[in-house]
Amino acid sequence: MDLLYFAHVRENIGCSSEQISLPDNISDVRGLMDHLRAKGRNYHSAFENEDIIRVAVNQLYVNFDHVISEKDEIAFFPPMTGG
Amino acid sequence: MMKVLVQEHDFNITAEIAGLIGKRTDIGGIVTFTGLVRDFHGSHKIQKMTLEHFPGMAEKQLEAICKTAQERWPLLGGTVIHRYGQLFPGDQIVLVITLSAHREAAFEAASFIMDWLKTDAPFWKKEETLSGAHWVDAKDADTLKTKKWQK
Repeated sequence: MDLLYFAHVRENIGCSSEQISLPDNISDVRGLMDHLRAKGRNYHSAFENEDIIRVAVNQLYVNFDHVISEKDEIAFFPPMTGG
Repeated sequence: MMKVLVQEHDFNITAEIAGLIGKRTDIGGIVTFTGLVRDFHGSHKIQKMTLEHFPGMAEKQLEAICKTAQERWPLLGGTVIHRYGQLFPGDQIVLVITLSAHREAAFEAASFIMDWLKTDAPFWKKEETLSGAHWVDAKDADTLKTKKWQK
Protein backbone atom coordinates (compact mmCIF):
# COMPACT_ATOMS: atom_id res chain seq x y z
CA MET A 1 0.00 0.00 0.00
CA ASP A 2 1.06 3.59 -0.59
CA LEU A 3 1.73 5.80 2.42
CA LEU A 4 2.09 9.57 2.18
CA TYR A 5 3.37 11.93 4.86
CA PHE A 6 3.08 15.70 5.04
CA ALA A 7 4.42 18.58 7.12
CA HIS A 8 5.88 17.61 10.53
CA VAL A 9 4.85 13.96 10.08
CA ARG A 10 6.99 13.89 6.91
CA GLU A 11 9.89 15.59 8.68
CA ASN A 12 9.77 13.27 11.68
CA ILE A 13 9.66 10.11 9.58
CA GLY A 14 12.23 11.40 7.11
CA CYS A 15 10.44 10.69 3.83
CA SER A 16 7.36 11.92 1.97
CA SER A 17 6.10 8.54 0.74
CA GLU A 18 6.77 4.81 0.89
CA GLN A 19 5.23 1.51 -0.08
CA ILE A 20 4.61 -1.19 2.48
CA SER A 21 2.78 -4.51 2.56
CA LEU A 22 -0.17 -4.40 4.90
CA PRO A 23 0.23 -7.18 7.49
CA ASP A 24 -2.73 -9.59 7.56
CA ASN A 25 -3.58 -8.83 11.17
CA ILE A 26 -4.10 -5.09 10.57
CA SER A 27 -7.56 -3.94 9.55
CA ASP A 28 -7.84 -0.25 10.36
CA VAL A 29 -5.93 3.05 10.48
CA ARG A 30 -5.23 2.74 14.21
CA GLY A 31 -3.67 -0.69 13.67
CA LEU A 32 -1.51 0.71 10.88
CA MET A 33 -0.30 3.53 13.14
CA ASP A 34 0.65 0.98 15.83
CA HIS A 35 2.48 -1.06 13.19
CA LEU A 36 4.38 2.02 11.95
CA ARG A 37 5.27 3.14 15.48
CA ALA A 38 7.06 -0.16 15.99
CA LYS A 39 9.27 0.51 12.94
CA GLY A 40 11.53 2.96 14.72
CA ARG A 41 12.04 6.03 16.83
CA ASN A 42 11.32 8.39 13.91
CA TYR A 43 7.90 6.78 13.36
CA HIS A 44 7.27 6.71 17.07
CA SER A 45 7.83 10.45 17.39
CA ALA A 46 5.74 11.18 14.27
CA PHE A 47 2.72 9.34 15.72
CA GLU A 48 3.35 10.07 19.39
CA ASN A 49 0.54 12.61 19.82
CA GLU A 50 -2.55 11.22 18.07
CA ASP A 51 -4.47 14.44 18.79
CA ILE A 52 -2.46 16.19 16.10
CA ILE A 53 -2.65 13.43 13.49
CA ARG A 54 -5.17 13.57 10.66
CA VAL A 55 -5.69 10.79 8.10
CA ALA A 56 -6.95 10.64 4.54
CA VAL A 57 -7.62 7.34 2.78
CA ASN A 58 -7.74 7.73 -1.00
CA GLN A 59 -7.91 11.50 -0.46
CA LEU A 60 -10.92 11.42 1.87
CA TYR A 61 -10.71 12.31 5.56
CA VAL A 62 -11.41 9.33 7.81
CA ASN A 63 -11.32 8.40 11.49
CA PHE A 64 -8.77 6.06 13.05
CA ASP A 65 -11.30 3.18 13.01
CA HIS A 66 -11.63 3.34 9.22
CA VAL A 67 -11.10 -0.09 7.64
CA ILE A 68 -8.18 -0.22 5.20
CA SER A 69 -6.93 -2.59 2.51
CA GLU A 70 -3.72 -3.21 0.55
CA LYS A 71 -5.01 -1.11 -2.39
CA ASP A 72 -5.50 2.07 -0.35
CA GLU A 73 -3.42 5.21 -0.44
CA ILE A 74 -3.11 6.46 3.13
CA ALA A 75 -1.91 9.95 4.02
CA PHE A 76 -0.90 11.10 7.50
CA PHE A 77 -0.53 14.79 8.36
CA PRO A 78 -1.11 17.36 11.11
CA PRO A 79 -4.27 19.53 11.34
CA MET A 80 -4.48 21.86 8.34
CA THR A 81 -3.24 25.45 8.52
CA GLY A 82 -3.97 26.88 5.08
CA GLY A 83 -5.67 30.10 4.12
CA MET B 1 -19.44 26.86 -11.53
CA MET B 2 -16.55 28.15 -9.48
CA LYS B 3 -12.95 27.98 -10.60
CA VAL B 4 -10.41 26.37 -8.26
CA LEU B 5 -6.67 26.72 -8.74
CA VAL B 6 -3.78 25.50 -6.59
CA GLN B 7 -0.61 27.07 -7.92
CA GLU B 8 2.90 28.19 -7.05
CA HIS B 9 2.85 31.46 -8.97
CA ASP B 10 1.14 34.69 -7.96
CA PHE B 11 -2.36 35.74 -9.04
CA ASN B 12 -3.78 38.97 -10.41
CA ILE B 13 -7.01 39.96 -8.68
CA THR B 14 -8.11 42.46 -11.33
CA ALA B 15 -7.63 39.93 -14.14
CA GLU B 16 -9.50 37.24 -12.18
CA ILE B 17 -12.47 39.57 -11.60
CA ALA B 18 -12.53 40.69 -15.24
CA GLY B 19 -12.50 37.06 -16.36
CA LEU B 20 -15.48 36.26 -14.15
CA ILE B 21 -17.55 39.25 -15.30
CA GLY B 22 -16.89 38.86 -19.03
CA LYS B 23 -19.92 40.30 -20.79
CA ARG B 24 -22.36 39.44 -18.01
CA THR B 25 -24.72 42.15 -16.77
CA ASP B 26 -26.68 40.12 -14.22
CA ILE B 27 -24.08 40.38 -11.45
CA GLY B 28 -25.06 42.72 -8.65
CA GLY B 29 -22.05 42.33 -6.39
CA ILE B 30 -18.57 40.87 -6.18
CA VAL B 31 -16.79 40.08 -2.91
CA THR B 32 -13.08 39.35 -2.88
CA PHE B 33 -10.88 38.24 -0.01
CA THR B 34 -7.10 38.14 -0.34
CA GLY B 35 -4.91 36.53 2.32
CA LEU B 36 -1.35 37.89 2.64
CA VAL B 37 1.79 36.69 4.42
CA ARG B 38 2.19 38.74 7.63
CA ASP B 39 5.68 39.72 8.78
CA PHE B 40 4.98 38.82 12.40
CA HIS B 41 3.67 35.96 14.53
CA GLY B 42 3.22 37.19 18.09
CA SER B 43 6.53 38.85 18.92
CA HIS B 44 8.47 36.95 16.23
CA LYS B 45 9.47 38.54 12.97
CA ILE B 46 8.76 36.27 10.00
CA GLN B 47 11.42 36.06 7.31
CA LYS B 48 9.78 33.51 5.05
CA MET B 49 6.84 31.13 4.86
CA THR B 50 6.68 27.75 3.16
CA LEU B 51 3.29 26.36 2.25
CA GLU B 52 3.13 22.60 1.80
CA HIS B 53 0.08 20.99 0.24
CA PHE B 54 -1.36 17.60 -0.71
CA PRO B 55 -1.51 17.73 -4.53
CA GLY B 56 -4.79 16.43 -5.88
CA MET B 57 -6.56 16.32 -2.56
CA ALA B 58 -6.11 20.10 -2.07
CA GLU B 59 -7.98 20.79 -5.31
CA LYS B 60 -10.66 18.21 -4.44
CA GLN B 61 -11.28 19.71 -1.00
CA LEU B 62 -11.47 23.28 -2.33
CA GLU B 63 -13.91 22.13 -5.04
CA ALA B 64 -16.05 20.41 -2.41
CA ILE B 65 -16.15 23.56 -0.26
CA CYS B 66 -17.11 25.67 -3.30
CA LYS B 67 -19.84 23.17 -4.23
CA THR B 68 -21.32 23.43 -0.73
CA ALA B 69 -21.23 27.23 -0.91
CA GLN B 70 -23.03 27.16 -4.26
CA GLU B 71 -25.72 24.88 -2.86
CA ARG B 72 -26.23 27.19 0.08
CA TRP B 73 -26.15 30.63 -1.57
CA PRO B 74 -27.39 31.85 -4.98
CA LEU B 75 -23.95 32.50 -6.45
CA LEU B 76 -23.39 33.50 -10.05
CA GLY B 77 -19.83 32.19 -10.01
CA GLY B 78 -16.52 32.66 -8.30
CA THR B 79 -12.89 31.71 -7.99
CA VAL B 80 -10.64 30.24 -5.30
CA ILE B 81 -6.87 30.34 -5.77
CA HIS B 82 -4.48 28.96 -3.14
CA ARG B 83 -0.72 29.22 -3.55
CA TYR B 84 1.97 26.84 -2.29
CA GLY B 85 5.76 26.96 -2.09
CA GLN B 86 7.99 29.68 -0.71
CA LEU B 87 6.35 32.99 0.15
CA PHE B 88 7.59 36.19 1.76
CA PRO B 89 5.93 38.87 3.90
CA GLY B 90 3.52 40.87 1.77
CA ASP B 91 3.01 38.03 -0.75
CA GLN B 92 -0.51 36.96 -1.65
CA ILE B 93 -1.44 33.46 -0.38
CA VAL B 94 -5.11 32.93 -1.11
CA LEU B 95 -7.88 34.54 -3.15
CA VAL B 96 -11.63 34.02 -2.82
CA ILE B 97 -14.04 35.75 -5.21
CA THR B 98 -17.80 35.32 -5.07
CA LEU B 99 -20.39 36.77 -7.44
CA SER B 100 -24.06 37.20 -6.77
CA ALA B 101 -27.09 39.25 -7.75
CA HIS B 102 -27.26 40.62 -4.20
CA ARG B 103 -24.47 41.37 -1.76
CA GLU B 104 -25.51 39.21 1.21
CA ALA B 105 -24.96 35.95 -0.64
CA ALA B 106 -21.56 37.06 -1.95
CA PHE B 107 -20.37 38.26 1.50
CA GLU B 108 -21.59 35.20 3.36
CA ALA B 109 -20.35 32.68 0.81
CA ALA B 110 -16.86 34.25 0.73
CA SER B 111 -16.67 34.15 4.52
CA PHE B 112 -17.92 30.54 4.57
CA ILE B 113 -15.36 29.43 1.99
CA MET B 114 -12.48 31.09 3.88
CA ASP B 115 -13.52 29.59 7.24
CA TRP B 116 -13.83 26.09 5.77
CA LEU B 117 -10.65 26.37 3.76
CA LYS B 118 -8.65 27.14 6.92
CA THR B 119 -9.59 23.88 8.62
CA ASP B 120 -10.44 21.51 5.74
CA ALA B 121 -8.06 22.17 2.86
CA PRO B 122 -4.81 20.16 3.13
CA PHE B 123 -2.26 22.98 3.35
CA TRP B 124 0.38 23.46 6.04
CA LYS B 125 2.29 26.63 6.86
CA LYS B 126 5.86 26.66 8.07
CA GLU B 127 7.23 29.99 9.27
CA GLU B 128 10.88 30.93 9.37
CA THR B 129 11.94 33.43 11.99
CA LEU B 130 15.39 34.53 13.13
CA SER B 131 15.18 31.93 15.92
CA GLY B 132 14.37 29.06 13.55
CA ALA B 133 11.60 27.43 11.52
CA HIS B 134 8.38 26.02 12.95
CA TRP B 135 5.10 24.58 11.70
CA VAL B 136 2.12 26.81 12.43
CA ASP B 137 -0.26 25.22 14.95
CA ALA B 138 -3.91 24.83 13.99
CA LYS B 139 -6.05 27.25 15.96
CA ASP B 140 -9.05 26.14 17.99
CA ALA B 141 -10.61 29.50 17.08
CA ASP B 142 -10.52 28.53 13.40
CA THR B 143 -12.27 25.23 14.11
CA LEU B 144 -15.00 27.13 15.97
CA LYS B 145 -15.43 29.48 13.00
CA THR B 146 -15.96 26.48 10.73
CA LYS B 147 -18.42 24.93 13.18
CA LYS B 148 -20.53 28.10 13.32
CA TRP B 149 -21.59 27.46 9.69
CA GLN B 150 -22.97 24.01 10.50
CA LYS B 151 -26.72 23.99 10.44
